[in-house]
Amino acid sequence: MTATTPPPLQGPTSKEKKYDRQLRLWAASGQAALEESHILLINSGPGVVGVETLKNLVLPGIGQFTILDSAIVTEADLGVNFFLEEEHLGGFRAEHTCNLLKELNPDVQGHYITEPVESFLSKPDILKPYTLILVSAPISPELLSRLETNAVASAIPTFYIHCIGFYSHFSVHLPSAFPIVDTHPDPVTTADLRLLTPWPALSSFAEEKTTELEEMSHHDHGHVPYAVLLLYYLEEWKKTHNGQVPQNYREKIAFRDMVTIGARTNNPEGAEENYDEAVAAVLKSLNPAEASSAVREVFQAEECKSLTPESASFWIIAHAMSIFYKNHSSLPLPGSVPDMKAKSADYIQLQNVYKTKARQDFAEVLDTVRSLEKRLGRIVAIDEKEVEAFCKNAAHIKLVRGRPFHVTLPGEGVRWGDRAKFAAQSLTNPDSLILLYIAFLATDAFTATHPADDLGGAVKAPGEVDPETDAEKVTGIALKIIDDLISEAGMFIEEPEYSEVRSKAGEYVQEIVRAGGAELHNIAALTGGLVAQEVIKAVTKQYIPVDNTCIFDGVTSKSSVLRF
Amino acid sequence: MAEDSKPNFSNGAGAQRLRWKYLDNILNRPGPFTDPDWEPGEAVVEGLSRAKILGAGGLGCEILKNLALSGFKDIHVIDMDTIDVSNLNRQFLFRHADVGKFKAEVAARFVEKRVKGVKITPYCGKIQDKDEDYYMQFAMIVCGLDSIEARRWINATLVGMVDENDPDSLKPLIDGGTEGFKGQARVIFPTMTSCIECQLDMHAPRAAVPLCTLATIPRQPQHCIEWAHIIAWEEERKDITLDNDDPEHITWLYQKALKRAQEFNISGVTYSMTQGVVKNIIPAIASTNAIVAASCCNEAFKIATSTNPFLGFPETDNYMMYTGDESIYTYTFQHMKKPDCPVCGNLAKNLEVDPAFTLQDFIESLAERPEAQLKKPTIRTEAKSLYYQSPPALEEQTRPNLSKKLNELVSDGEEVAISDPAFQITFKFKLLFSK
Repeated sequence: MTATTPPPLQGPTSKEKKYDRQLRLWAASGQAALEESHILLINSGPGVVGVETLKNLVLPGIGQFTILDSAIVTEADLGVNFFLEEEHLGGFRAEHTCNLLKELNPDVQGHYITEPVESFLSKPDILKPYTLILVSAPISPELLSRLETNAVASAIPTFYIHCIGFYSHFSVHLPSAFPIVDTHPDPVTTADLRLLTPWPALSSFAEEKTTELEEMSHHDHGHVPYAVLLLYYLEEWKKTHNGQVPQNYREKIAFRDMVTIGARTNNPEGAEENYDEAVAAVLKSLNPAEASSAVREVFQAEECKSLTPESASFWIIAHAMSIFYKNHSSLPLPGSVPDMKAKSADYIQLQNVYKTKARQDFAEVLDTVRSLEKRLGRIVAIDEKEVEAFCKNAAHIKLVRGRPFHVTLPGEGVRWGDRAKFAAQSLTNPDSLILLYIAFLATDAFTATHPADDLGGAVKAPGEVDPETDAEKVTGIALKIIDDLISEAGMFIEEPEYSEVRSKAGEYVQEIVRAGGAELHNIAALTGGLVAQEVIKAVTKQYIPVDNTCIFDGVTSKSSVLRF
Repeated sequence: MAEDSKPNFSNGAGAQRLRWKYLDNILNRPGPFTDPDWEPGEAVVEGLSRAKILGAGGLGCEILKNLALSGFKDIHVIDMDTIDVSNLNRQFLFRHADVGKFKAEVAARFVEKRVKGVKITPYCGKIQDKDEDYYMQFAMIVCGLDSIEARRWINATLVGMVDENDPDSLKPLIDGGTEGFKGQARVIFPTMTSCIECQLDMHAPRAAVPLCTLATIPRQPQHCIEWAHIIAWEEERKDITLDNDDPEHITWLYQKALKRAQEFNISGVTYSMTQGVVKNIIPAIASTNAIVAASCCNEAFKIATSTNPFLGFPETDNYMMYTGDESIYTYTFQHMKKPDCPVCGNLAKNLEVDPAFTLQDFIESLAERPEAQLKKPTIRTEAKSLYYQSPPALEEQTRPNLSKKLNELVSDGEEVAISDPAFQITFKFKLLFSK
């Protein structure tokens, strides 16, 4: 880089222009992951929610999509599905929705399959080409179960989606270990300045910048960066507190008062912005650099402790990171410095002090990674950039463990396992939508025993013809699920709460049955937005995904995310 | 209900109505949450097809599609913008070949062609071009506008239109907005429930970087870009009007900023960041827009049909906040109407001020204060005119006041009236001196 020649101007490419508003969120790396993905939609019922999901994925530019749907376009489709036209009546819904979706983005390839799900799934390795699978209800529980088993075997994230009337639900079955490094934490809350444990270079920088603080001109005094001020006052504090930094809330408040008093008020402004910033930062900056429970969970994971030559690079780096943490009682320094009132040169110098330390920490972790690779006999080295990204966001990494769907196989009840207690307690929580979720499970159980015909595993929705009778049946199933849950959790719900739970469940069922299997376009569009967003997270491995069940109630406009 | 007979509707009976089979399940059947007095069936369907509804703004594509497939038949749309290539990642009614055309026109034609039987009337211009007579024709208004100013304008207009003796003059306003993975949908029944002005402080403007930082002590790449944008352009290209969409202009700013950053050893200035800072670009994605627009249209549908309770009914929830970057989180609540709301309240709003501020300082602070957000205020007390932005003669006459301190001009607790060319109403503030 030379300062004399102006750099050649690299204007944005046409792709960067088209995707500008999203690249500012998930960057080129996220976009590349999207463009390599191939999403399979297994569609059924009115089939709108799946198509709306794909719309929101074709627009940002996934690589490919495939729609599996054997339905024929009917008049009813035209009143609810935006991606069909009159001339498509009688044709394959998969074919025509695929074609109209493709028009949204010439960079995306679309495919369709009109084969029934049952025969499609009977072929070996049929799911292998896909990055992620979307299944929309209704689908027979046997097929859902078979599909889930196959997808899990290939570690393909799978979504199971309901959308009926004003309600919707989806569950995500992620791979058994789904780690995320790029979680995009809120930059305001993530400044990591290590003021309680400064390293020698930082301490001497602070000392140098605060020599004769009292004698400084107003201008200089008002431009000492707040991080430096806090380091200075911590040293002052330690002098009268046996060399200890403030230990608890009360002491932090006392320390904050000490900083406040240090500000000059006899200057023309009557106050100092850098001191204001320092005072405001006391409570959030003076915390020990301990790893969060989410990070410790990663360190304690079996995959992290027992590495194998086949371990994913995430685990190798996590292992190296845990060694670093053991040795230093802190994670690698991220190295970024929030903006603060300061002279340009001082701020840049301070930034460099942090950057240098961050580079050292990163080098240490990288060394450990390389020696682990050697010990394990791995041939392909992990990309340095991956290790660097991990170091930068070490405090905010997240591990999600994929969990199976509740599949209502005939003759088998719903089992809640380790989540039984949580689920049973949620029954009486007015903010939880678990009863709506149970209403959906009861709907599944109903359709499982009410086939519309004997072909291709098609199922019938409750309320299509006789809402009153169906509502009674589905309510009965829902109440059984509730009772089984309470007994599985070994709990007891007293009156009047128990009756309230039952009547609330009955209302959700009635509202579902009222729709008779219909999708309302608005709810399908909204749910298609939610699912698409979660697909983007799963494909880009950025942001934090839903773990693992999301329910939306369009009557009250409320949602609930529950882990089952 | 004993049987699920298909009623014979006067508007498009038989085969035509088959198309709305799914929607009709909801329109023809009561549910556990519908009002006991609600009568499902033909009247509901009729009402839906007669209701004239207005959609506007950046969420327009989603709103038009959703309203058309909710059974609305007479939809109007207002949008002043033309299609830009950066819209194509989410505004799904537009294609590359449409770049440069009016959004309202292209969107209306597309949805009319796709959804048979719906009439969409576009207007390519600003919502501010239209008067009360125009807005009076609609049953309700669904907005996905991208500026706070436009929201405040339509809100104040609709509040101003309410005539207690004419129930038809009350037009529900449904508003949606997004930013990246976040958004909100809210319903306002003008004068009855909390309005957009009552909720103004929930959408605080971003704090501007002080000029002295830009001029003398830049630390961030953004500071260098703002310097090029605000200071360098004024100094070196004063005679050329800066056009944010002109690549030559952005390139000039980028190179200026880059050079300044190098002088100060600041890294990170890029072309994309320059564009982002200069145009104040807000990230926008298809999925969030879909969620927020659909939530708005779901409320519009419920209001038009009474098929279920809706947001905004007095004394109930009226606001849904959405966040999607960390799992999915919604918070649905009742935002309370403010008695001192300058638009729908009747009390002056308290505003704490430093009595040592000059009028000039005070005027500048009004642009940034979350509860005011007024950029070109004209200020008067009951007794005297403090400052007029225009006409020039009055401006000149009141200009000397700008350098006077507030405590020389008003007394503690005195009421002032502030108007701003962006709004058609006067804001009443009570100035309380800070101690």
